[in-house]
Amino acid sequence: MENLEELLIKGDKRAIARTITYAENYEDKAKEIIKKLYERSGNAYIVGITGPPGVGKSTLTDKLIKNLVDVGKKIGVIAVDPTSPFTGGSILGDRIRMQDLSQHPNVYIRSMGTRGHLGGLSKGTYMAARILDIAGMDYIFIETVGVGQSEIDIVKIADTVVMVLAPGLGDDVQAIKAGIMEIGDIFVVNKCDKEGADKTVVELNMMLDLDEKKDWRPPVVKVAAQENKGIDELIDKIDDHKSYLIESGTFQERRIERLKMEIIESIKNKLMKNIFDKIQEKEFSSRLQQVIDKKIDPYTFADELYKDVFN
Amino acid sequence: MIDKKKLEEIKNKKEEWEVNQRQKVVSKFPERKKEFKTSSGIEIKEIYTPYDISDIDYLEKIGFPGEYPYTRGVQPTMYRGKFWTMRQYAGFGTAEESNKRFKYLLSQGQTGLSVAFDLPTQIGYDSDHPMAEGEVGKVGVAIDSLYDMEILFDGIPLDKVSTSMTINAPAAILLAMYIAVAEKQGVSPDKLNGTIQNDILKEYVARGTYIFPTGPSMRLITNIFEYCSKYVPKWNTISISGYHIREAGATAVQEIAFTLANGIAYVEAAIKAGLDVDEFAPRLSFFFNAHNDLFEEVAKFRAARRMWAKIMKERFNAKDPRSMMMRFHTQTAGSALTAQQPDNNIIRVTIQALAAVLGGTQSLHTNSRDEALALPTEDSVRIALRTQQIIAYESGVCETPDPLAGSYYVEKLTDEIEKRAFEYIKKIDELGGAARAIDLGYIQKEIQESAYRYQKEIESGERVIVGLNKFQIEEEPPKGLLKVNPAVEELQKQKIAKVKEMRNNASVKKTLEALKKAAEGDDNLMPWILDAVREYATLGEITDVLRSIFGEYQQQIIL
Amino acid sequence: MERPIRVLVAKPGLDGHDRGAKVIARALRDAGMEVIYTGLRQTPEQIVEAAIQEDVDVVALSILSGAHNTLFPKITKLLKERGADDILVIGGGVIPEEDIPFLKENGIAEIFTPGTPTSAAIEYIKQHVNRAV
Repeated sequence: MENLEELLIKGDKRAIARTITYAENYEDKAKEIIKKLYERSGNAYIVGITGPPGVGKSTLTDKLIKNLVDVGKKIGVIAVDPTSPFTGGSILGDRIRMQDLSQHPNVYIRSMGTRGHLGGLSKGTYMAARILDIAGMDYIFIETVGVGQSEIDIVKIADTVVMVLAPGLGDDVQAIKAGIMEIGDIFVVNKCDKEGADKTVVELNMMLDLDEKKDWRPPVVKVAAQENKGIDELIDKIDDHKSYLIESGTFQERRIERLKMEIIESIKNKLMKNIFDKIQEKEFSSRLQQVIDKKIDPYTFADELYKDVFN
Repeated sequence: MIDKKKLEEIKNKKEEWEVNQRQKVVSKFPERKKEFKTSSGIEIKEIYTPYDISDIDYLEKIGFPGEYPYTRGVQPTMYRGKFWTMRQYAGFGTAEESNKRFKYLLSQGQTGLSVAFDLPTQIGYDSDHPMAEGEVGKVGVAIDSLYDMEILFDGIPLDKVSTSMTINAPAAILLAMYIAVAEKQGVSPDKLNGTIQNDILKEYVARGTYIFPTGPSMRLITNIFEYCSKYVPKWNTISISGYHIREAGATAVQEIAFTLANGIAYVEAAIKAGLDVDEFAPRLSFFFNAHNDLFEEVAKFRAARRMWAKIMKERFNAKDPRSMMMRFHTQTAGSALTAQQPDNNIIRVTIQALAAVLGGTQSLHTNSRDEALALPTEDSVRIALRTQQIIAYESGVCETPDPLAGSYYVEKLTDEIEKRAFEYIKKIDELGGAARAIDLGYIQKEIQESAYRYQKEIESGERVIVGLNKFQIEEEPPKGLLKVNPAVEELQKQKIAKVKEMRNNASVKKTLEALKKAAEGDDNLMPWILDAVREYATLGEITDVLRSIFGEYQQQIIL
Repeated sequence: MERPIRVLVAKPGLDGHDRGAKVIARALRDAGMEVIYTGLRQTPEQIVEAAIQEDVDVVALSILSGAHNTLFPKITKLLKERGADDILVIGGGVIPEEDIPFLKENGIAEIFTPGTPTSAAIEYIKQHVNRAV
């Protein structure tokens, strides 16, 4: 594509899409673009939307976008779904709930597969967020499936994390609280018109009250996303949290943390790729036969390989 | 019942046979497959004997035709009295074209009409809506306002015919139009005969022509039940359909389990709305699929009848026997047809139709051989109809009710299907009923798993489809397929414009506003819809009013 | 480094028969592709917008209503207008043989009629994706 950078700055959807593809595939072109345009970034506010499957995250995101677009905001959405560890494939179905809005000139939606990346984000998420930021988005929503402590990277990338729950999860609130209570800056009980919603709200509030040492007490917001109820209140709470972050100085702290993560993430990716390439150079496959034939044990072999690679 | 001693003897003999006869043969000549299963995954044994059905109480579980639990059929004489109704589904293009077709059919002695609507009509869009582009008149007739409905039934006395309408999400509107046409003919609603499909739950899981979310949709359905029980008493207010659930990939067990679960949801909703069960339940009817696995299909129909009788009697305390009788229409499986060697489909349809007849259906539609390719031609439709007539007049299977009863295999299969289907219903109950299970995506997920498994079985060659993955030939592409005239869309647009010019737009506005107000409250919406229809408000306008209050259903995608 | 092929599986038109679309979506996933599934009743505009934003390699269309001659060419035309005609567009469903030449002239690379095994579609995609994988 010609003038990719120019188009990207203008927020051209195709340019954004292609640049994110570069990022996702870890092609150097993505880095070159970010290198040139880095100073333009830093203005977008990043909201993480997470929670167990089936609680209505995408519908909620859809309504949030709608209300923000109506007041002239530009929105980028990254919806992350797990990639099958067996086939490497994935079905990305979050977009379906946001199809109506995706045609709005100020909305860009991208589905990403985790592609083997652990922690709930995909490998290119940091870069993709950076790209959306450069493209002039006011808000970036990152939607991930989060059911436990293994998927909490959303905390590291987002300014505000919205943890979405729904009634009818049964005892799950109890079961998953260990994993989620520290993650959310705001808790949403979606489908609040359904039976059991009030009970979920009470339970959440009780658990949140137990943790007194925090100076930000995460609010619990009742929402019925499908019916567009409680969305304005949720947006207010996101703004409140933003103000809190700024006034308490936490905002800057979080962003520095994120930068660190972004850098480490990049090193990790590079390192991993490097190691794999190098290992291959050291005739990994042929030497593996020795382990299979039990001439050498896997750990000694690993040590040898490590030495070969790093010396 | 066979006495205990005899049974023991049979059991012992069977074991001897297994060792002395079967094992010997199998050790030399292995069976064709490691395991034999029905399409629902029910294991099929090496042999069935009286021992397998010794725990089935004849009087309690099988009984007599026309008597509870109706396993053997809903009428005492079944096809010794009269054959099933041979009803072929038809309709395309404009109301004018379909009207001509109807008149022709009536002149040939047919008394029942079956109307297919195009997709925009089924989803509540007028023909001039952008979403309707390319779809007008394609899979059925386009109806935009009372004006089209008047043309569709012009010259057809509505007190003399029975009309079946395949319409779901906007069923209330089309029924209102039908009533309004009758009024203009001077026919009062209590003289009207017919059926609307009106089964929204299966639209969410299988057929896809939904509009509103589950809650308001259920309200519209109970509104129709209530209205018809008062004013249109001879109308079949719903046809609870497993057909499309099966087409979407469900197994035989899933087909009846999910259909009956939907049926339970409708009954519960109506009771909750204050109706007496025996007031509306006799007007409930069902619609099933007939697939290739002959014995499993027959067992499925028998199991479904027995289950529904039990559900109505024990769960809902129905008193009127008619509330417990499951009457159903059957259509042969469209998804079982192949585009390859299409003439083979005639044989498939024959087997499927035979299953429906052996299963005691009340009416039957047989698919045409070319339906995997396009809408059927006249020749193909005739062969499909002849298939039914040959079964009826030549095969001899109609001469006694439920001829497969007492087959050790079929009785055992009937029992097993019932057991498994009830397990599904229990699970759905635990989730909070069919509507909730659909909102959670549970039923969709189960169907998709089966669909994917079926496809993989075909691709691996484990399941043989003749002409598709075995016995293939080089073929010329088929010729002479039916085409719908693309000018229909333009014609419909012109008619809408004309209607909007000629009607009293102030009255239309008034009735639509009144409908809106009613929708916001709890009133029965039928009278308000009827008012709007009489003023020539369009289908799209009425649906839009309801959309503005009810919202639209969001598809649950679980893959 | 090898990347997964990205495919948009879309159902234009109003018919609700998504058995085929869902089966193909799963089969493509099992073949290691990233599948974006958009559900029923998608307008050509929505499909094209999704294809662009998701930067897919392939758009796989499924239709059973008979509206393919109207909707398929509209999709390829819109893709072209947006400069995205490097995306491979394929279609499937109840499509009569005699309509296929017209659809191919209008930018649909291949049509898969009923009974095509999913493996054939997978193989076709792998061999015909325009952008390097």
